[in-house]
Amino acid sequence: MSWAETIRTGLAAIRSHATRSVLTVVGILIGIAAVILTVGLGLGTQKDVSESISSLGSNLLIIRPGSAVSLEGVRGGFGSLASLTMDDAAALGSSTAAPDIAGVAPEASTGVSLENGETNWTTTVTGTTVAWPLVRWRGLLQGEFFSQSDAAAMANVVVLGSETAQELFGTAWAVGRSLTIDSVTYEVIGVLAEQGSSGNTNLDDLAVVPMETYVANISPTTAAVQTIYLQATSQATLSAAYQEAETLLLNLHGITEAGSADFSISSQDALVSTATAVYRTLTVLLVAIAAIALLVGGIGVMNIMLVSVTERTREIGLRKALGAKPNAIRRQFLVEATTLGLVGGVLGAGLGVAGGLALPGVLGSSIVISWSAVFLALAVAIGIGLVFGVYPATRAAKLAPVDALREE
Amino acid sequence: MAETRVIRLTEVRKTYSSGDIQFEALRGVSLEINQGEYVAVTGPSGSGKSTLMNILGCLDVATSGRYEIAGQDVSRMAEPELADIRCRWVGFVFQQFNLLASMPAWRNVELPLCYAGVGPAERKRRALAALADVGLADRVNYRPGQLSGGQQQRVTIARALVTGPALLLADEPTGNLDSTSAREILSIFDRVHHEGRTVVLITHDRDVARRADRMIEVRDGLILDRSRSSLVVAP
Repeated sequence: MSWAETIRTGLAAIRSHATRSVLTVVGILIGIAAVILTVGLGLGTQKDVSESISSLGSNLLIIRPGSAVSLEGVRGGFGSLASLTMDDAAALGSSTAAPDIAGVAPEASTGVSLENGETNWTTTVTGTTVAWPLVRWRGLLQGEFFSQSDAAAMANVVVLGSETAQELFGTAWAVGRSLTIDSVTYEVIGVLAEQGSSGNTNLDDLAVVPMETYVANISPTTAAVQTIYLQATSQATLSAAYQEAETLLLNLHGITEAGSADFSISSQDALVSTATAVYRTLTVLLVAIAAIALLVGGIGVMNIMLVSVTERTREIGLRKALGAKPNAIRRQFLVEATTLGLVGGVLGAGLGVAGGLALPGVLGSSIVISWSAVFLALAVAIGIGLVFGVYPATRAAKLAPVDALREE
Repeated sequence: MAETRVIRLTEVRKTYSSGDIQFEALRGVSLEINQGEYVAVTGPSGSGKSTLMNILGCLDVATSGRYEIAGQDVSRMAEPELADIRCRWVGFVFQQFNLLASMPAWRNVELPLCYAGVGPAERKRRALAALADVGLADRVNYRPGQLSGGQQQRVTIARALVTGPALLLADEPTGNLDSTSAREILSIFDRVHHEGRTVVLITHDRDVARRADRMIEVRDGLILDRSRSSLVVAP
């Protein structure tokens, strides 16, 4: 019996018990779609997390002051020491001493009240340098960031976060408007593009002024820099930049031993790898659940095939009496089982991909459709048909024609 | 001589065992059937008649003894080879018709040709010719459920003959039919016989059996030959 003939017979058999076939196919379909969606969800979440981390600046190094030790020997938290200065920042910006550092943004911040006539809004005002948008990966929605000459002139200019602008002016389009901080009037020259939030810090609610203006007008008492953000030239030079910064600052602070440094340098790398590991575990878990769904689907195929063999014992006997060899019978049932697997697989892959495209809009989390997962799932679906079809098919092939014919 | 012997059974025994109990259905049967003979096998139920028919049709193998069909010893053959023998040498007509309900008549008739490896166009041509031979040229696209019992049995005869087998083996072919249909079917057997085919008909109906050239009676696993031309030695 030719393959075409075998396939035609198999399809006819599937059609002859349509309801059962559909239910079996649905079982496999759900399994396959679940695999594709869960893998996609896992990958999507991983992508989201690494993107939001790299939006903080993937080449970013953060230098914070060390902890202060009181006279009684009580050690304060990191950052409690006022050990970083604008001189440190300037030194780190030198391209000869630190060739792997692309940008330096020292930051000093304090909480202030911004006023626009009757409206006032309390937020964090940050003094920094012109390199800040580059180092912190911030773009502008409108207007521009302050320039070197603004800084040198201690100009009363401010760049606002989009939310801050919204709160003060009722619109994010606030360039050209003015506001007052401690009765000093500032001109809004730029509004930052939206960034969302990082941890519990709202990155869209802030005001940025030149460091010189900040020191002169806002917080004259503390000349200290609270944080220095460094941008390495690339991800690859991150550790070189780390070394350069550490050596430079130890020298500047006259410290010989790295262990007693009065500052600390951290990067986002540890955060990225932790998050990745968490999501990998999550993906493995989801895939395991999906695999169980597939197994259940496979057992469904085996069940329907066993029922089919039992129900058609007489037909098998007849076919054998008419000259069908055991192999022809086995092939017929395998084709039937594989077809169920294949149909379920194709429909499941379709549903999975469609779900992967439609769900992100509903769930708000992205789903990355992995084509290798789609093809693997298809192969598994066909494999399920084959593997779970073998036992029923072999049982059919082994039936003695005389017994099979006697069956009522 | 060997060519004219379609069937030769020598001391064939068949024992069924179920647990410790052994039941000997055939207890040393020897039988020869010539090319073109019309033989009726009769006997009460439980006599071993069905076992004999299964062995003759290569649906079952003997426990001991030798069976040759068309000169080939099939007594030690494995299932795949037996399938080939059935396909090429034996045509079956069953009491229950055993037609596949989901297929039209001509598809049922072409089924043995599928297993014989005949191409689709040739299959259809031969299936239609075989159906025309049994007077069903106008019913080829009917499904078994749309045909009367007599017509269904004619479809099975067409299916049995489509491969041109050496032996037509019919098991109670009229058992499920009214007398008119039964007469029609038997006249087809007569015609098939006159065309020179070997026909073995198993029946418990004496009237049916009398139409054959030769009558073989099976009792308690042994055969008593009631042939008009006494060829076979009864043990």
